Amino acid sequence: MNVGAYFDRQAQTLVGSLGRVAEAPVAFLMTMTVIGIAVALPLCLFVFLQNARQAMAGWNDAFELSVYLSKSATPGRTNEIAAQIRARDDVASVRVILAPQALAEFRRYSGFGEALDALQENPLPNTLIVTPTPAASTAAGTAALRTALRAVPDVDQVQLDTQWVQRLIAIVSLLRRVVWLAAGLLGLGVALIVGNTIRLDIQSRRAEIEVMKLVGASDRFARRPFLYAGLWYGSGGGVLALLLVAIAVAWVSGPVSRLAHLYGSGFALTGIGFKPGAVVLLASALLGWIGAWIAATQHIRAINPS
Amino acid sequence: MIHFDQVYKRYPSGREALAGVSFEVARGDLTFLTGHSGAGKSSILKLVALIERPTRGRVTVAGRSTTTIKPRAIPQFRREIGIVFQDNKLLLDRPVADNVALPLIIAGVPRKEIDKRVRAALDQVGLLGKERNRPAELSAGEQQRVGIARAVVAKPPLLIADEPTGNLDPDLAIEIMRLFKRFNDVGVTVVIATHDVHLVDRFDARRIVLGEGRVAVETPR
Ligand SMILES: Nc1ncnc2c1ncn2[C@@H]1O[C@H](COP(=O)(O)OP(=O)(O)O)[C@@H](O)[C@H]1O
Ligand SMILES: [Mg+2]
Repeated sequence: MNVGAYFDRQAQTLVGSLGRVAEAPVAFLMTMTVIGIAVALPLCLFVFLQNARQAMAGWNDAFELSVYLSKSATPGRTNEIAAQIRARDDVASVRVILAPQALAEFRRYSGFGEALDALQENPLPNTLIVTPTPAASTAAGTAALRTALRAVPDVDQVQLDTQWVQRLIAIVSLLRRVVWLAAGLLGLGVALIVGNTIRLDIQSRRAEIEVMKLVGASDRFARRPFLYAGLWYGSGGGVLALLLVAIAVAWVSGPVSRLAHLYGSGFALTGIGFKPGAVVLLASALLGWIGAWIAATQHIRAINPS
Repeated sequence: MIHFDQVYKRYPSGREALAGVSFEVARGDLTFLTGHSGAGKSSILKLVALIERPTRGRVTVAGRSTTTIKPRAIPQFRREIGIVFQDNKLLLDRPVADNVALPLIIAGVPRKEIDKRVRAALDQVGLLGKERNRPAELSAGEQQRVGIARAVVAKPPLLIADEPTGNLDPDLAIEIMRLFKRFNDVGVTVVIATHDVHLVDRFDARRIVLGEGRVAVETPR
């Protein structure tokens, strides 16, 4: 067999398998839709996380530590400590809030003005607001900074205001694993769905496969159209999944940007993107092929003319 | 071309279909395998085409002992044999041309060549012009001739047929047998299993009569 004939035959089988798929469009569409939904589920979660990460990228300045000094620290000592902290590699900036100023701010924002007037002396200490560098704006980085600041003489208490951001980041990184887990499980599901569909297809074409074997077809030859059918199922399901996700993104992007606007943010929802989209398409086509390969290899071998 | 040497075939059911069969078919022979139903005719042809394996004894086809042929090599082995079935085993959802082309497609023959050879084979069985028809649109005799065209299209040196006229009325049966004779005339070794003794009587050919899983009578050429 020459090379030209080989590719001629491959092309013929590839197109022929599409023809067969077209013969049973309802069954094909059903299987494709199931695959599409299975692929779309982790994909939606993925898009959600991508957007969450993007939204949180602007939150580094939200990592701030409030350093409360002891009541005995004078304004001079306070500025000294501020300079000392500012010199650290992991600190971007230090803002000094002296006790009277802190009280004035508190009075202005809290609405407890009259209650405060009743106090004999200012209950608030001198305070430093420390912002870490972006590199140190991690859970570990801020924790280390907090420990170091606590050790500074005259520092009474160090409070991390932004633990909720850290929790959110921890949740997101957990969700990333969940995405991979879901993708793995649903990928397995896709291969099984295609495998089962191919198995039924082979059963209904049993007589045909027997005849082919009788006139000299190898298992590989008899298997080939089923592999291509698996490829069509997988890539069709992948296209459908991308379509579903695109529709979902379009559907929620309006409300999301309105919500972001209310929070004073210009954040806008982004879709899957070209590269991840291409990867999803390739992966689902590959899964279809693998599912078909396993089912076809097994079940075609079992068919023997009698 | 075919050599059976003390061949036994026992099916998993326990039924012994062949009990020590020995015979030889020379290259270029036309041989009728006869005997009552259940005598073992089909079993012999299945052993030749490696659809079954002998329980004991040796089957040699085209100089090769079939026991040495591994499962992977069976497809290639079958491409050297044209097989015709009583129920013709055509693909009903494919046109005549596709059915006849099947062995050539499997063998990887280029498409242009396929069209030419399919038409030549259909011409030989008198069905030129029926390429686009579905098998269901043809008569029983025509369907059987499509089966024969498929069996000969790849020009195998050996043609075996199991009750090829079993579903046909006598006139059509004679026509089909003449067709086999014509292929034999151009050098193809032909073995036909049939229980129809009257039909065989009309042809001057070698006969192997089976009975009880053994060769009962063997007429010389
Ligand atoms: N696959 C099989 N399993 C069990 N018994 C079989 C099988 N094939 C044939 N036989 C038995 O073997 C004997 C010979 O069958 P066969 O070779 O088909 O004879 P013929 O073709 O001459 O009618 C019969 O008794 C038949 O029932
Ligand atoms: Mg029989």
